[in-house]
Amino acid sequence: MSEPRWIGQDVPRIDGLEKVTGAARYTADLKFPRLLHAHVVRSPHAHARVLDVRVEKALRVPGVRATATGREFPFHTGIYLKDQTVFATDRVRYWGDAVAAVAAETPEAAAEAAALVEVEYEPLPAIFEVEEGLAPGAALVHPDLGRYECVPWVTPRPGTNVCNHLKMRKGDYEGALASCAHVFENTFQVPQVQHVPLESHVAVARADLAGKVEVFTSAQSPFTVRHLLCTCFSLPHGDVRVTVPAVGGGFGGKAGIGIEPIVVALATKTRGRWVRLWIERAEEFYATVVRQGLTATLVSGVDQKGKVQAQKLHFLWNCGAYGGYGVNVVRAAGYTCGGAYEFPHVWGDSIGVYTNRPVGSAYRGFGMSEIHWALEQQMEMVARELGIDPVEFRLRNCLGPGKSTVTGQVLDEHSGRVDRCIERVAEMLDLRPDRPRTPYRGKGMACAVKAPAMPNDASSSVVLKFAEDGVLEVLISGIDYGQGLKTVAAQYAAEALDLPMESIRVRGNPDTDLSPYDWQTVASRQTWATGNAVLRGAEELKTQLFAMAAQALAVPATELRCQNGSVVHDASGRALPITRLAMGYQYPDGHTIGGPVAAAASFVPEGLIFLDPETGQSPKPVAKWTFGAQAIEVVVDPETGQYRVERVAACYDVGKVVNPGMIRGQTYGGVMQGLGTGMMEELIVEKPSGRVANASLMDYKIPSTEDLPPEILVDYVETPQADGPLGARGIGEHTMIPTAAALANAIFDACGVRILEMPITAEKVLAGLKKVRSDPGSGSGSHPPESEASEER
Amino acid sequence: MTTLTISLRVNGIEETHEIPVNQTLLSFLRDTLDLTGAKEGCNEGECGACLVLLDGRAVNACLTLAVEANGREVTTIEGLGHAGDLHPLQAAFLKHAAVQCGFCTPGMIIAALGLLRDNPDPSEEEVRWAMSGNLCRCTGYRQILDAVQEAAAVMRGDPAPEAAP
Repeated sequence: MSEPRWIGQDVPRIDGLEKVTGAARYTADLKFPRLLHAHVVRSPHAHARVLDVRVEKALRVPGVRATATGREFPFHTGIYLKDQTVFATDRVRYWGDAVAAVAAETPEAAAEAAALVEVEYEPLPAIFEVEEGLAPGAALVHPDLGRYECVPWVTPRPGTNVCNHLKMRKGDYEGALASCAHVFENTFQVPQVQHVPLESHVAVARADLAGKVEVFTSAQSPFTVRHLLCTCFSLPHGDVRVTVPAVGGGFGGKAGIGIEPIVVALATKTRGRWVRLWIERAEEFYATVVRQGLTATLVSGVDQKGKVQAQKLHFLWNCGAYGGYGVNVVRAAGYTCGGAYEFPHVWGDSIGVYTNRPVGSAYRGFGMSEIHWALEQQMEMVARELGIDPVEFRLRNCLGPGKSTVTGQVLDEHSGRVDRCIERVAEMLDLRPDRPRTPYRGKGMACAVKAPAMPNDASSSVVLKFAEDGVLEVLISGIDYGQGLKTVAAQYAAEALDLPMESIRVRGNPDTDLSPYDWQTVASRQTWATGNAVLRGAEELKTQLFAMAAQALAVPATELRCQNGSVVHDASGRALPITRLAMGYQYPDGHTIGGPVAAAASFVPEGLIFLDPETGQSPKPVAKWTFGAQAIEVVVDPETGQYRVERVAACYDVGKVVNPGMIRGQTYGGVMQGLGTGMMEELIVEKPSGRVANASLMDYKIPSTEDLPPEILVDYVETPQADGPLGARGIGEHTMIPTAAALANAIFDACGVRILEMPITAEKVLAGLKKVRSDPGSGSGSHPPESEASEER
Repeated sequence: MTTLTISLRVNGIEETHEIPVNQTLLSFLRDTLDLTGAKEGCNEGECGACLVLLDGRAVNACLTLAVEANGREVTTIEGLGHAGDLHPLQAAFLKHAAVQCGFCTPGMIIAALGLLRDNPDPSEEEVRWAMSGNLCRCTGYRQILDAVQEAAAVMRGDPAPEAAP
């Protein structure tokens, strides 16, 4: 392919028109005749035995059509570890756990009836922190852990609260540490946070009298929802049809399976009637899913030359009550524990711990923001302690072609260049060590890396077919929930077939009865996977078009090419517009050859090798890595601890920028979500009730226009990905991974306060300022020079 | 349930309906009139996804009773423009890639419209303040603010701005 015509262009979002006019229909915008409304009965205990559930009073409320309980639906769900049932059966495991549900003619009747469901509980001791969960004799959140179905690459430990443990053993950690000149140890904390999509979870289902179950849902993964509904309710795949209308944000919270089993359970008891479960904003905070908490202890052994030789990483994940999806976050964090660095000797443990908190799951970054909060502060702290410029220290230790990751994978020239991203953000925000200084104004940076965390056989497929008007219709089942997948798919199709953009229609909003299979829209994998599938399908279309055109023009098919909507033969100067081939070619005498031109194509990453279960080593554990870096400039008010983010610089090696306007949008959005978690977000769980105390947008703040930094500078490096579509690799999640850590490093640079516990509130900064003022002699490296919290042992 | 009959103009069309007195304006628009452009994001006035203009002023439709709109003029996103004839704000949102999932977009555009009616030439600070009640989790706001400024210029009739950065 010559110089790209469409890839790299600012093609406007092709689903933009429906969104700016209000025409886009999201699940709750759809109208269903005689819709029934569902309401979920939720646990008022963090941990309790369920002795009895009585629904008689609820059923007497006028308008109530059905109830559903755990006794009737003891079926297991969960994508990787089936540790959850549709409704609690013998015990509830968090405040908000679903115990039963009601379907009624009005939302008011459903709510009234739900309040009349009588549940008899026997409270059990609850655990909220990972240390409690790991303590000898701790109450078990899942006494039946050993009996759950689970994928082979997840290792729960029955008889404990550990739902997964990934070990990473590279080189000789203890030996290397013993010979290191400097050793540093620090512990970092990340709280549970919520995704806060503007559209809360909503699903509508009907089970008809012929046994067919139809579901409309706001989800990231229609085929995974279908598959897991089928395994949960023991239904054949042909009897479950899942359709995903427009989706108002997901960020991982709508990955895997969510509320769908609850509404399907009710639907099977109200045959022929549509039932809708629309999660209220408060419920969205505590009863859908959240990002896992993390306690990370890092030990770094550094030699005389400023190279980290030995690195220990001990991650304890607060998975909450269920780990069906979260176990894979634990795993991803394990095989990415070295971040963007080459550590010759590594001892890593990533351990998932059940607690009686809201359910941890996928969240944009899939564990990476959390581990980078720890690792990128650690690297900064070590550099400063050793008197090395943190930028130089990162460049000295970072990964790159020829260097090996924690799993022993040796990167090549196609793997992306974090060094260039580091240099670029350092240049954009001027991080030179001898830069001019202003009191209480500081700068800091952080690197980022992430791979798609998915089963080795996670695939995408597409259907490409021409319509009667000669327009190519591209059917995809990746969800465009804002990242721009429909537009990107159109760009790849237009590029491969040299079609004008108006000759492409993309059909997203998949319907599992009709659409091609796609595993999930997660892992920043869609541009890459669907993009590759579209390119493959386009090649098949060309074969069909060229065969027809060769016959019609009496020229060899091998001499044909596509050009601006036509098939052309350069030597003869002859050409046929695709509109004359799309439905088959008809000769002047009426006889017709070919037929409607259509192709199906798919993509699955090749060559992936499982991690060794004892050492975590693998020459190719994941399909690709995307590297990047961010730098942040802040001004701290020394009187109040409040601070302002003045500037942010972000640079990623994306392989190929597919759509500049949309990649900037991903970057701005990720930076702001990263600032949200870094500055203000934290799910507050009260003890011992387990109640989430800030389950509203009033009490749980996310960034608004007022929090947008005055300047966000973005840039991209383009080292082509070998198996990327025209070199592209994923970017959606990466844009928030380094932000919080870069902010923490900037705060330290500004005022000498090191915040190890996310988020960085003004209160914490002020407390830190008071502490360093009372102990001014201990400073090193910050400006004004004050104390670094890092402990050299 | 007590009901009342209300008459109002919605996007220029006269509507008369008998409605429960406790029905919100948001429910009236979405459920009764099937105007689903205004979204329910929180139902407590915190997210701005349900903004509509009531006599030209942006209000949270989730916190407004439909009966309060009796005899008044309501403008929703559906009243602004359509394919081939977009409002300058809608066109600018497209041009600046200011739309991602799109759930907040109608409310954002209505908030901007309410602002620009009072203040046709706002500073960036004024736009930020006016739109601070409209949450967006996708875009990070940068391109939205840029779109509003460009639409404001178009609506003022300023000379055509330079191409988007």
